[in-house]
Amino acid sequence: MLLTDDEKRMRDGAEGPAVAAAMDLLLRYGRAVGAERLCDIRNVAGTMTQPSPVKAALVKEGGWDKAFAVINLDSDGDFAIPDMRVPTCQLQHGFGPDALGIMPYPKQSIELQADAEAFYGRHGVNILATCTPYQVGNLPTFGEHCAWMESSAVIYANSVLGARTNCEGIASTGAASLTGKVPCAGNHRDENRHGTHLVEVDPRTGVDNFLDWGMLGYFAGGIAGEDHPVITGDFGRPDINELKHFGAAAATSGGVELYHIPGITPEALTTEAAFGGAVPADGYWYGPAQRRHVYETLNEIGGSPDVDFVLLGCPHASVDQVRQAAAALEGRSLSAGTELWIMVPRALREIADRSGYTAVITRAGGRVLTDSCPAMSRTAPAGTRVFATDSAKQAHYLPAILGIEAWFGTTEECVDAAVTGRWRGELRP
Amino acid sequence: MSTPSSPPPSPAALPWLAARNKLTLRGRIVVPGIAVGEAMVSPEPISGWGGIDPAKGTIIERRHALYGACFTGKILVFPSAKGSSGWAGFFQATRLQGTAPLGMVIARVSAKSALGAVVTRVPTLTDLDDDPCLVIATGDYVRIDADSGYLEVYKA
Repeated sequence: MLLTDDEKRMRDGAEGPAVAAAMDLLLRYGRAVGAERLCDIRNVAGTMTQPSPVKAALVKEGGWDKAFAVINLDSDGDFAIPDMRVPTCQLQHGFGPDALGIMPYPKQSIELQADAEAFYGRHGVNILATCTPYQVGNLPTFGEHCAWMESSAVIYANSVLGARTNCEGIASTGAASLTGKVPCAGNHRDENRHGTHLVEVDPRTGVDNFLDWGMLGYFAGGIAGEDHPVITGDFGRPDINELKHFGAAAATSGGVELYHIPGITPEALTTEAAFGGAVPADGYWYGPAQRRHVYETLNEIGGSPDVDFVLLGCPHASVDQVRQAAAALEGRSLSAGTELWIMVPRALREIADRSGYTAVITRAGGRVLTDSCPAMSRTAPAGTRVFATDSAKQAHYLPAILGIEAWFGTTEECVDAAVTGRWRGELRP
Repeated sequence: MSTPSSPPPSPAALPWLAARNKLTLRGRIVVPGIAVGEAMVSPEPISGWGGIDPAKGTIIERRHALYGACFTGKILVFPSAKGSSGWAGFFQATRLQGTAPLGMVIARVSAKSALGAVVTRVPTLTDLDDDPCLVIATGDYVRIDADSGYLEVYKA
């Protein structure tokens, strides 16, 4: 790999052993992805504070410096961790103290995470604690090279914002945070950003709402796998919540990190531009039959209509989504045996509190929770057997992670299930 | 199958090798090193987070073709990585907990799986001149030479 002088200095230890270890990882990783050089970045979204048994043992052995060296730099060295070289944020992690007493989540994990937040905060990590950093101030600019993790955030950054990041991991974001470098391969390069699969939306599918954008994303991910779907045809103009849902779903059913919607996402004004030339002769049709198939796939784990848990806010909800949930819950109360959680970034809960939405949800018996989600923390209210969600991603993952049944539907259907304790959702034409 | 570029086996090994159906594939080096062992071939992509249990070295995704199978000490052959960006962290945890595979052969590498192989620290090849998930079967004996960039397969 071709290295600049400052990269060679970092590799050779001029900036200390931790930075040298970070460069070593980047060089090993750069070779693995076939990169010819590194690129400069000033925006890292990674994870350091999420509790795990391996991390707890490392902290016990050698403190947070050791845990960072082993997990975030893949190094066997013993050294102190310097401050982050470039702006770095913590993504979603485990539950915080607001989980105490309402779910079977270990107190030791909450304490370990609080300790981690203090350590990493001192080293310059912004504890955003959300899977949606772009909702709380980390909004990369068009064309900006970044090192981000979290598949739903990566696809949003690449596609909606036109920033450039691969789906990085814990060690590569750790190394990037101490160097401001990441291998210049994959999504960082122009030639790898064109569309590969044409998806044509039938006007009869009515893709103009949160539910349908999620289902279309799930379909597109199944078609494109790790490649780049291009969405054309007849649909309503999506808002940021719908694009957030679409991307999370496409990154779940496939491994999509980048898509284009000509005229809407910034890198492709036209379908030709999206493909960088010739548009494929054959597209994949998304019509009523395909829509129904996606709906049935997302609901195939649902059997019992007795819902004991409703989960909203995956990826973490926007203030507007909290407002919608509050509006649906206004003056109602949850069924005695049912819990409702809506996950938001902690910074946005402040706004939800201030706007009165949290009070409406809490009065009805629901909870506005932050930092994590049931899938990330592998937890739900004790005794949950059947859950309902408006998130295609959570409907996909949670049954496998917690061994529970899932219903997928609209936000309003989910709120109705929380109030009645019964699932009455159905696919409307 | 391309064979001409592979170095000849040692004369002493010839009778043993001749008795087997040997294939040689060339590939690109992801992580250098040499690993020899039995192949475990996944017909479908593998998830890290939610897909494997690093404490046991097993595939835990319920609908996966290899559900319940253990890759510890095997050469893990698979088409690609899928799912969460926690992929590499989960495979790194297999190394830290002693349940890692011996080596990896990845048909199509991505940032996720490339980093995963790096932090698992096992010899790994990709971009082979034939589909490894089709030409290798579980139980075949495999030698990854990720110093020179070729893979020898001895059909079981």
